[in-house]
Amino acid sequence: MFYLGRDKVAEAETRLPGSPEVPEWSERFATLAQQASNPHLKRFYEAGAVAGETPIADVPMLSIDFETTGLDPQKDDIVSIGLVTMSLDRIRLREGRHWVVKPRADLRNESVVIHGITHSEVEDAPDLTRILEELLDLMAGHLMVVHHRGIERPFLDAALRQRIGEGIEFPVIDTMELEARLHRRRPPGLIDRLMGRSSESIRLADSRGRYNLPYYRPHNALTDALACAELLQAQVAHRFSRDTPVCELWH
Amino acid sequence: MQAEHLEILDFLRRWQPFTELPEETLNHVATNVEVSYFKAGDRILEFGAPVDAWYFIRSGAVEVYRRNGDLYNRLSEGGYFGEFGLLRHKLTRFPAVALEDTLVYLIPDAIFSELFENNELFADFVEVEDRTRLRHALARREDANELMTSRVESLVTRAPVSMDIGSTIQAGAKLMRDEGVSSLLITDSSADDREDLPSHKARMVGVITDRDIRNRLVAEGLDYATPISKVMSTDIIHVEHNQLVFEAMMAMLRYNIHHLPVLKHKEPIGVLALSDIIRYESQNSLFVVGRIFRAHSVEELKVLSGEVRSCFSRMVNEDANSRMIGSAMAVIGRSFKQRLLELAEEKLGPPPIPYCFLALGSMARHEQLIVTDQDNALILDNSYDPNIHGEYFSDLSDFVCDGLDACGYEYCKGQIMATNPKWRQPLRVWEQYFSDWIEKPTAEKLLNSFIFFDLDAVWGKSEWVEHLTNLISRKARHNSTFLACMARNALLRTPPLGFFKDFVMEHSGKHTRSINMKRRGTAPLADLIRVHGMAVGSRSRNSFERLEDIIEADILPTGRGQDLRDALEFISMVRIRHQALDLEAGREPDNDIEPENLSDFERKNLKDAFQILSNAQKFLKYRYQPGRAN
Repeated sequence: MFYLGRDKVAEAETRLPGSPEVPEWSERFATLAQQASNPHLKRFYEAGAVAGETPIADVPMLSIDFETTGLDPQKDDIVSIGLVTMSLDRIRLREGRHWVVKPRADLRNESVVIHGITHSEVEDAPDLTRILEELLDLMAGHLMVVHHRGIERPFLDAALRQRIGEGIEFPVIDTMELEARLHRRRPPGLIDRLMGRSSESIRLADSRGRYNLPYYRPHNALTDALACAELLQAQVAHRFSRDTPVCELWH
Repeated sequence: MQAEHLEILDFLRRWQPFTELPEETLNHVATNVEVSYFKAGDRILEFGAPVDAWYFIRSGAVEVYRRNGDLYNRLSEGGYFGEFGLLRHKLTRFPAVALEDTLVYLIPDAIFSELFENNELFADFVEVEDRTRLRHALARREDANELMTSRVESLVTRAPVSMDIGSTIQAGAKLMRDEGVSSLLITDSSADDREDLPSHKARMVGVITDRDIRNRLVAEGLDYATPISKVMSTDIIHVEHNQLVFEAMMAMLRYNIHHLPVLKHKEPIGVLALSDIIRYESQNSLFVVGRIFRAHSVEELKVLSGEVRSCFSRMVNEDANSRMIGSAMAVIGRSFKQRLLELAEEKLGPPPIPYCFLALGSMARHEQLIVTDQDNALILDNSYDPNIHGEYFSDLSDFVCDGLDACGYEYCKGQIMATNPKWRQPLRVWEQYFSDWIEKPTAEKLLNSFIFFDLDAVWGKSEWVEHLTNLISRKARHNSTFLACMARNALLRTPPLGFFKDFVMEHSGKHTRSINMKRRGTAPLADLIRVHGMAVGSRSRNSFERLEDIIEADILPTGRGQDLRDALEFISMVRIRHQALDLEAGREPDNDIEPENLSDFERKNLKDAFQILSNAQKFLKYRYQPGRAN
């Protein structure tokens, strides 16, 4: 995952929960299932989305992370995908996956430095289309969890448009946004500035540290997906409850 | 999931018992891990609730409780819990609560069971009963040093060569040459009516060695036709086939002999020669002892104290067990005393009346280590007259105690030394001391004198020590008031609960930086074993030997004696190993251990050992109450 860029994009998208543009996702999925022509995509929508008032403890989730060639979904592409299924109680590594895929955009050296996936590795990797069916089946019936929704959803949407001619929509829980609700709600006050305090970093590693979660080496999509899954468990344990309706958390 | 998920794999690999697992198995475990987060104060497992996984702490801290609410354990990163429940009906037996925000890796029941069934090391480690784990840990270590713990029998390579007492010494020498042996057993077929031998067996009546032929035949200019009976040694010291090699070594040292007949069911099965042992043990305490007896002054002895330390380190490196090290160090300590007494008698002249020099405490128990003070005393003949003999024995005591201090055996802070007139008394006064302690006991009085109940003769009239030992054994055994006082004192020093991160955890929940392994471990164990030993009339001095007597007398619940033995061995070895590490690093060794210097393996097993000690103390308190018949 691309922390550096994500921070910047986050500011634009942050909003308070419960605002009107949150769609009723189960209805939206029913509509999309009608419209989708790709059979895998159709199946994904048919599996449905949980109702907004469902308690978070009852929601099957999938924590997902992409490494990409850059930050722009229109120009850049996905290099690797890591995901792991979870509930509020358990993250199950047995049901986790990690793929390296061949991007249709150039793999730039700056991004190689970050995620460590090299040109020769992607040369041998399959195109996203080859794993699409498996990916969509794993996503089906799960609520996606990401750390910064500016990446995974738009990138998957763009990648599908390019490959199958139609995009994808789904709700996500964004652990970075949950963190931002706490730390970016107000700008640093005068005292803070005099004391040299800046606002808290909401990058994944820093956020995890606040919940006594261990340090994991970043930028492996599977590790980052696990790290994000653990962060959500910690955030709900500290700041929400098992009964919190999922509509207060998702976007 | 792919094995490239290294975070979990790398973490597991760092901790017992995963360190022992093959890579492939470890991968299998890592890919099946489940993860859960608990915030501080969350209940992780409730008593009686179903448990479906084994909990391994990734970060944070967890407290595990007994059913009655007592704290059972406090665990941090790398700690685990839930195995009790998994192995018994899949229901939680020890509830657990997150003490800090905690992330746990859960090993699903199916994977845990698979590991437990298929991997012996893994099973050993998480065995239901902590004490079983401790025993396995000890057993594995002993496997690794077969040589040092081998039985005498294993060094016997051939049947003894023997000859009838009627032969001449020349015939004997020829036989020795032909057989290529350095000793002969001499038998007497006419003495076969002894009731302790099967009638068809000839009785072993003597031993002949190369040295005897040199010293008693050639040097004396005797005729080659001299009957063998005139040259042989008749006071035969032997060992039993099942004794440990190091015990044979100690017997050779003690009696200054190089050949020991080995008996099995009262029949000789071979002869063990010093050279046999040396082949096995090229470096050992024998050499240090030899040099002690060749030293001609306190100055020369002082130089040897460095050798004692390297001998200690060598034994630790060779994986000797605590009993062998304690015994070797005690023999070395005795040798210093003996040589100092010889030197004292050379300087002061022969003693005017007989005396016996005593070793007390750890030296008497053969549990001496390198950090030790001198505890000694003098028994004088009943004809002692202070006006006539006082100065001699005072000078003698000063010489020995100063000499010991110079050689690294520090003065006793409690003044339990022969230099203290109170502990330099005729035998009848010693009888009175012991009678008074045993018959009119108070806990306070015994607190300062319990060390005298571990006593051994070092020099002189050793039969007086036998006499006093008999007196103690006879009087103490059925005196419940005395035993209760001793028991009360044995409970004054208690072990800690275990370890938490880099701290020692006390039962009160308090943390400390370091632990004194002697005060909190070996000493209370020895105290406790002494009380039981006295109650069963044991005359043994060594704690392990006392334990054997106690187990035989069957006064402890089944298995608890063996547990105590394992606990004593493990705690002693941790103490010993850390002293050896101090020596290696050029630090002055002590008994204090900082948990940060303990391995994961040591921490877990030490905790088990402390638990055993703690339970044994509870039992002691219950068993020895004043007025209760034991």
